[in-house]
This record gives sequence, structure tokens and C-alpha cells, in this order.
Amino acid sequence: MSQLVIFSLLNGVLYGMLLFMLASGLTLIFSMMGVLNFAHASFYMLGAYFGFEISRRLGFWPGVVIAPLLVGAVGAVVERYGLRRVHRYGHVSELLFTFGLAFVIEQLIEMFWGKTPADYRVPQSLDFVAFRMFGTDYPAYKMFVLLTAAGMFVFLIAILRRTRVGLIIRAALTHPNMVAMLGHNVPRVFMLVFGVGCALAGLAGAIAGPALVTQPSMAADLGPILFVVVIVGGMGSLAGAFIASLLVGIIQTFAVAINLSLSQVFGSTAPPLLGDLWAVTVAQLAPIIPYVLLILVLIFRPTGLMGTRES
Amino acid sequence: MKSAIVGCSLALCVFSAPALAQDTMKVGFIDPLSGGNAAVGEISLNTFRFVADELNAAGGVNGQKLEIVPFDNKGIPQETLVQAQKAADQGIRVFTQGSGSGVADALNEWLRKYNDRNPGKEILYLNYGAVDPALTNAKCNFWHFRWDIGSDIRMEALSSFIKNRPEVKKVYLINQDYSFGQSVQHFAREMLKEKRPDIEIVGDELHPLVKVTDFSPYIAKIKASGADTVITGNWGPDFALLLKAAADAGLDVNWYTYYAGAVGGPTAVRQTGLADHVFEIFEGVVNSAPPAAQKFETDFRAKLGVGLFYPRSVNELRMFAAAANAVKSNDDIKAIAYKLEGMSFATLDGGEGYIRKDDHQFIQDLFISSLGPLGANDKFDEEHTGWGWKQIAKVDKEETLVPTTCKMQRP
Repeated sequence: MSQLVIFSLLNGVLYGMLLFMLASGLTLIFSMMGVLNFAHASFYMLGAYFGFEISRRLGFWPGVVIAPLLVGAVGAVVERYGLRRVHRYGHVSELLFTFGLAFVIEQLIEMFWGKTPADYRVPQSLDFVAFRMFGTDYPAYKMFVLLTAAGMFVFLIAILRRTRVGLIIRAALTHPNMVAMLGHNVPRVFMLVFGVGCALAGLAGAIAGPALVTQPSMAADLGPILFVVVIVGGMGSLAGAFIASLLVGIIQTFAVAINLSLSQVFGSTAPPLLGDLWAVTVAQLAPIIPYVLLILVLIFRPTGLMGTRES
Repeated sequence: MKSAIVGCSLALCVFSAPALAQDTMKVGFIDPLSGGNAAVGEISLNTFRFVADELNAAGGVNGQKLEIVPFDNKGIPQETLVQAQKAADQGIRVFTQGSGSGVADALNEWLRKYNDRNPGKEILYLNYGAVDPALTNAKCNFWHFRWDIGSDIRMEALSSFIKNRPEVKKVYLINQDYSFGQSVQHFAREMLKEKRPDIEIVGDELHPLVKVTDFSPYIAKIKASGADTVITGNWGPDFALLLKAAADAGLDVNWYTYYAGAVGGPTAVRQTGLADHVFEIFEGVVNSAPPAAQKFETDFRAKLGVGLFYPRSVNELRMFAAAANAVKSNDDIKAIAYKLEGMSFATLDGGEGYIRKDDHQFIQDLFISSLGPLGANDKFDEEHTGWGWKQIAKVDKEETLVPTTCKMQRP
């Protein structure tokens, strides 16, 4: 039993940290620009494919460094020449723009790399067993993902809380007009934040690609859950995104481990009309639990766990 | 000017389309060509095109060339019906589909209605992969023929094999949560109980279809259950990712699978390092197949760069062509369907197979093979892993017969 608990916890934290790497960028963009970036998970996918392509030519480590920078550059260009123009026509246009962008990126990736999963491998230097517990291995690569995500969290917090750039970003979050009045170039701040947000997603992709699977549907698989994290955590709140990511990750992995169904709790005879529902286990419900959480949060705490404003 | 050119070319398309339609015998291929299972769909489309080329080189069907027309259903039942209608509107009278029993159920139901309403323009449904037993039992339909091995038949063969493997003591079932996965679960429980009552089922899992990206939580559960054997019907990414997570955690069990050989499967098995621990029930074993099948495999690999995963597609299209040639018509779909009923045919992997008249299921010899390093005389490895299939057992077609509840309504 303790074996299951410990490994579920490890797996949950890992998944949560991965979610956080994406959600941190998304929540910053969301709160600053008011744009729900539907293409955010696509930048994650782009990071995985760039990482794959570079690792094929130059090796894994250059890939992990260059891929996020490339994705960040793509993000900045998208903001500068796409979003900024669309911005004039209001949020709905921006939403539609990012929505379309997600499809374009997916199609482009299919054209360049095909529909079959890319053979993006864990590098030799990390392909060993980190530790062994209760006869189950825990791969070193997963430890690497965990540590990278944790490092990124510390780095982001440090920038936002301790630097002048962070000060301006935090000010632009709440009072964009006032920041502009003070002579700061708010559009450039927006571009930077969008670019950095995309780069973070790219980094997540480049290191998650080998651990999970690098294929054209990876963005669509992860996209919806990101919005859950951002809304549950509270818009614009990095700490909130962190907590919500871990929460969603851990809840989902633990739900998988639980075989309990209504019939076990209340006896095997189902009331009329509830026949199928009666036998469904918590494990089968695991994928929808985050969405239930989303609905509950929206009803009872619309600002999210750590958010300060509604909208 | 530009628009004039576009206009012209559009007009050309419209006028030339009907002319083309008469030149070829079209088969509508309705399967996912985008989304999570696109990889599977793409490879089976290429397989059909390869077989069509082979048949066309030999003169086609009644003098007409076979043409495979792809329709992307994204793996979704609703989209399938849209695409089916589109294909029907183009005058296509033969459909083939294989990825996903949920899709197959929807298509089968749509077809039943369509054929009732359009007598004389019926559409034939050649199924190369949807193995839900309902299609040949409660929901059987005169216009539906299946070349893949029904889920019940596979488990019948697999459980007969497990009967003589005393090392199997604790079994864990993990399957995709939809009609096919549930049928594997159901038959595994039922047939193991009958043939090996001493086997303990220590876990029984259904997980969402093509949604899970990391199977580590499930592997932790299997590990905790103390299982020595896992039975799974998983296919495509769901199989590859399951094995990948098992390899990461160092899970050491025997795997009895339906689809270990499908796209990405062998690569994942190779990563686990579990030589001869992954078994598959299949209609052939390429490394011990007759020379004709090995020749086909060699040509296939030379052209497409992957191993043949759909011998059933080869059997299907060849047999359909033979039936159409026998009735000397490509338009009399009803006659072709009657011809197919009960028809015998030499399968690609050797031996005679036949369509069972009662439920339109293709009956053939089955093989159990395991994946491991190639033997000295083995020619074919899978997905460039250096590992290939070895035949472990053969199950004669008579031993695979499972009774059907189908009451076939013939027009």
C-alpha cells in the first residue's frame, strides 16, 4: 500500500510540475493581456519538436537550450505582428486568433514531421535508474524533469519579486495605463511576457517530449487541463498556478489508484436507472475530476484559490 | 485574372470528376487521418493502396482499376457519419473501416438505415479492424463483413494457450474504456474462469481511450497488485505508452496482447528489454510464413519502410476483388455480398480461410508469437529494433470457433 502511495505521489508531483511549467506562462499572459491563449499548448508542442529536431543534429543538451529560445522568438513574433494588430478589435478577436493559431501550428507540425510519434529519446547521460524502492525503478530522467520545473519556479519568483523588470510586469498586470504614463513601453513588456511565456512552454515541451510522447496531438491532449489549472489557481497568480498544478496532478494520479465504486460502498444492488453508474470506479472517473474541480471553483470561488480579481 | 484561373480550374474539377468516377472502382476508406490515432490510420491507408496497386497491376477488378479514396473521420463516430454521407454522395458503394469499434457501431447502424432506404444502391462495409463481437452477434448486418479476428475469437484462442502455461497465476487486465476494451475484459474474465479457474484476477482496469499520456500511475498499481501476467487489448499510442511506463518502472511481467505489433508497439517493447515476454495473437507470423507471404513482406517493406501489420487488409481486398470478378460486375453489390458469404480463400499467411455465413466473420488459423531478438534464420525485425516475432503456437481455425447469436436478415 505504502508503495502505491509513494509512487502515486511521485508521479502526481511530476505531472503537476509539468503542468506548472505550462500554466505559469499561460497565467502571466492571461492576466496581463486578458488573452486566453488557446495556442499555449501548441507552443509546448513546438518546443518538443524543435527539441527533437535539434537533438537529432546537435545532441540533447543543445536542444534543451536552443528549442525554448526559438519557441520564445516565435512567440514574440506572433505577439508583435499578430496579436498586437488583432488587439484593437477586442478580446474576442484575440481569442479567435489564438484558436486559429493552434490549428495552424498543429497542421504545420504534421506537414514537417508527419503524424506518427517522433522518436525523441531520453539522452544516454540520463538514461539510468535514479533509485529503486519496493522493487520499482524511478528513472533519472523524471528526476531531471522535476528539478528543472522546480528550478524554473524559483527563477520566475525571483525575477518577479526581486528585479526591476518584475516590478514593471507586476505593475502592468494591474495598472497598465499608469505604467504607460510613467514612460514604460507597455507593448514591449507585453511582447516580452508573451515571448517568455512561450519559451517556458517550449522548455516544458523540450524536456517532456522524451518522457511522454512527441506527437501532433500532444497539444490538444494537454490544452484543456491547462485552463483548469489557471482558473483553479487564480488568474495571474504564479503561486496559485503552482498549487493548482500540483493539486490537479496529485488528484488525478491518486484517483487512478482508487478502485472504489458506489456498489462497494452501498452494496451491489443498484437503484433503478443507475445500473452503469453504480459500477463505475473512481479510477475510471480520474480524467474528469479536474473539470469537476473547475466547475466547483467557478461556482464557489470565482477568483480561484489565490486570485485577486474576477473576469 | 487570378480569380479567372481559379474559376477555370474549379470548373475543370467539377466537369472532370464524373468522368474519373467511371474509370475506377472506388473504395471509401473511412478512418482517422488526424488526431491521436492518425499514425494508425495513415499506415493502414498506405497498406490498402499497396494492395490496390498489386491488384491493379494484375488487371484490376473486371477491367477497372481499384482506387482507395480516403475520408478522415478523426476517429469520432459523429464525424464518421458525415464522412460516410459524403462518400455515399460521391457514389462510392464499398466502404472499408477498421480503427475503433465505437466508430464501427455507428457506421454499421448508419449503413443499415441507408441500405434500407436506398434499395439497389446498397453500400458494402468491409471491416478490417473493428473487433467488437456485437458486430457479428447482436448487431450483425448482411452488408458487413469482417476480416479481422473478433475479440471473442482472439480470447478463445489466447485462453486456450494460457491453459497450458502453469506459470500464469495472477492476471491483471488493463483495457481501453470503450466497447472493444470492455469486450476484452469481459471475455478474459469469462474464458479464464472456465479454462483456468485457479487463476486469480488481481486487477481489472479500464482507462480512457487515447487520452492518457503517462501510464506510470497504472503501472504503479499493477506492480502493487503482484501480478505475473497482464492481458491487454490496447493498441496504438495506448499500448506504446503503457509499455514505455512499464519499462521506466522496471515492471517484470508477461504481456498477452492483441496489438503489440501495431505502430510504435515493437519500439516500446524493445525499450522494456522484455525479450520473449510479450505475446501477440495474430493471423500470421512473418518469420515462419510461406515464401509468398515473405516475398509480399519484402516488397511491402521496401516500398513503405514498415512491416505489414494488416494481413487482414490484404485478405480483405484480394477476396473482395475475387468475389467481384467471380460475379463479373462491380456494380451489383448485392451479388458480390452473396458471393462473399461462405466463400473460401487462401490467406496471405498460408492456409484456407472462409467467411462464416452465419455472421460474416472471416475464419482462419491463428498464431501466438512472442517478440525477441531475431533467430538465425529469421529475416524480419520490427521497426528497426533488431527484434522480431517468433511463432510460439498455432491455433487451428476449428478451435477458434465461437458460437454466434446473429440472425442474419438477407435482402
